[in-house]
Amino acid sequence: MDFQLTKEQEFVRKMVREFAVNEVEPIAADVDKEHRFPEENVKKMGELGLLGIPFPKEWGGAGGDNLSYAITVEELSRMCASTGVICSAHTSLCAWPIYAYGTEEQKKQYLPDLLTGKKLGAFGLTEPNAGTDAGGQQTKAEDKGDHWLLNGAKVFITNGGYADVFVVMAMTDKSKRTRGISAFIVEKGFEGFSIGKTEDKMGICGSSTTELVFQNCKVPKENILSDIGAGFKVAMSTLDGGRIGIASQALGIAQGAFDVTLDYMKARRQFGRRLSDMDPLRFEMADLKTRIDASRLLIYRAASLKDAHLPYGPESAMAKYFAGETAMHVTTKCVQFHGGYGYTKDYPVERMMRDAKITEIYEGTSEAQKLVIAASVFGK
Amino acid sequence: MTFKIVVCAKQVPDTNEIKIDPVKKTLIREGVPSILNHDDANALEEALKIKDKWPDTHITVVSMGPPQAKDLLIECLAMGADEAVLASDRALGGSDTWATSNALAAAIDKLGGYDLIFAGRQAIDGDTAQVGPQMAEKLGIPQVTYVKEFEIDDDKKSITVKRALEDGYELIKIKTPCMLTAIKELNTPRYMSIGGIYEAVSAEIPVWGAAELGVDPDKEVGLDASPTNVYRSFTPVPKGQGVMIEGDSERDIADKLIVSLKSKHVI
Repeated sequence: MDFQLTKEQEFVRKMVREFAVNEVEPIAADVDKEHRFPEENVKKMGELGLLGIPFPKEWGGAGGDNLSYAITVEELSRMCASTGVICSAHTSLCAWPIYAYGTEEQKKQYLPDLLTGKKLGAFGLTEPNAGTDAGGQQTKAEDKGDHWLLNGAKVFITNGGYADVFVVMAMTDKSKRTRGISAFIVEKGFEGFSIGKTEDKMGICGSSTTELVFQNCKVPKENILSDIGAGFKVAMSTLDGGRIGIASQALGIAQGAFDVTLDYMKARRQFGRRLSDMDPLRFEMADLKTRIDASRLLIYRAASLKDAHLPYGPESAMAKYFAGETAMHVTTKCVQFHGGYGYTKDYPVERMMRDAKITEIYEGTSEAQKLVIAASVFGK
Repeated sequence: MTFKIVVCAKQVPDTNEIKIDPVKKTLIREGVPSILNHDDANALEEALKIKDKWPDTHITVVSMGPPQAKDLLIECLAMGADEAVLASDRALGGSDTWATSNALAAAIDKLGGYDLIFAGRQAIDGDTAQVGPQMAEKLGIPQVTYVKEFEIDDDKKSITVKRALEDGYELIKIKTPCMLTAIKELNTPRYMSIGGIYEAVSAEIPVWGAAELGVDPDKEVGLDASPTNVYRSFTPVPKGQGVMIEGDSERDIADKLIVSLKSKHVI
């Protein structure tokens, strides 16, 4: 067992950290306050290869691995969780299923632009009545001979308002339940496809979360991803990888909150002493540090398993469950250690605490992760 | 014809994190991260901008340092340089600026042919600003230091630069091959790219010792051959904090200044 990062991974961390400190952190508070999608940084991320890390160079990727990708989302999220999830949803939920399940033609058509950030990706599974119960899809796709006709709506779609390419699930045969779901590649601008309401959220306010509306949306015949009826499998395996991304986002939020709190404790004096000299607070920080590191190890293990092409579903569920809960716990504590200041928007821990909550909810709630983990314990 | 640029770069301790041993009065290097010297990053960036404009440009980065300086060269490759060479040998250890410029000039000679040498103005650890100019003298080429603006002619035979002075600049036209030293006003260095990192880590970086460089450890490089030595280093006693005097008018500020100076018995 090797706990050392490779030289490549260390350099990726160094590079992304520099980028995050110089470009992401300075606008993080404004992005949150103004609910503004950080387009300028997303463009730069594309040019620097941050939007195509774990994909081969032949498709326009950076030729990196999943652990480097996890490190990237972690480092971005340390400064801005919105920026972290933009990278995560694009990479894990759109580029990955096209890379893993796409035909040569589909890969040729979509991957080069996605992996270099010329186009942004999103993923549409969740519906008003199909959240954790993702099998209950109501969006329909009818075979019209020379095209598919999609009707229905998706909600809570990350990157929705800014994405160019969407991987969308729809029912092709309701009678077969989950085996009747198929996956499609839908482009912005397809006839009958529009973006609905943009959600006004508690946190990750810089990320664009929207509805997708399909009203007699015509999708070319060749845009079905994988086989007819294979959509649920595509979605579930995509989410296995997506959990590594969201777990890394949660880890980044926790680490970011920890770092600023450490600085605060070293500077803040009460009762004639620095907070950092008070044992009860030192013990609390020791506890947080341990939890953060435990999250990191769970995430890096899941990413390493994926890199080794070994099964990693339950491991990524454990990583996502633990890292999400840790992010919420750590940020809540960090606000507490800042006292009244922590409750104001003058300090970033307030934003980090709001951002952390979503990591216990999306890409499978903590409870959904336990379903996955329990299934691996007891059998299905 | 390929335009050949050599960039000289140095790995230095990050001065933001520097600590001085209170007893030995020397830099504590342990645990201090090493970085690409800032002015050298500006030199490399300018070279990369030339390559962006004329893809038929070849950039070689040369560094001298301990074996771990390879990390710095990986960083330069990941930013977009084509090739990197490290001059590293125990025999080179302890070189002063004169000896260092001997080794670097020998390395550049060995590369065989160049149109332009770019170096940083100075390294943040030694702050001498001597190695670049000494190297140019030894190579027998013209040089301009403190370059803050740069324009290369389309025929690539001459370069027009603005050389920063304290109160303005000099406009100088110089023929290639030549040596320029960059300052931070020249540009903003780019980031490494992720794809670049994966290529750079597996790139082969030749390491040249005194023998490969053809330099004499007794007379040209290393501690013994160095004409200057560090006699003593010390931490200067910090001066008192400066005070900003504010007031409604110049007269008001002057009054406050005089009161303050009198109270300290300066006047």
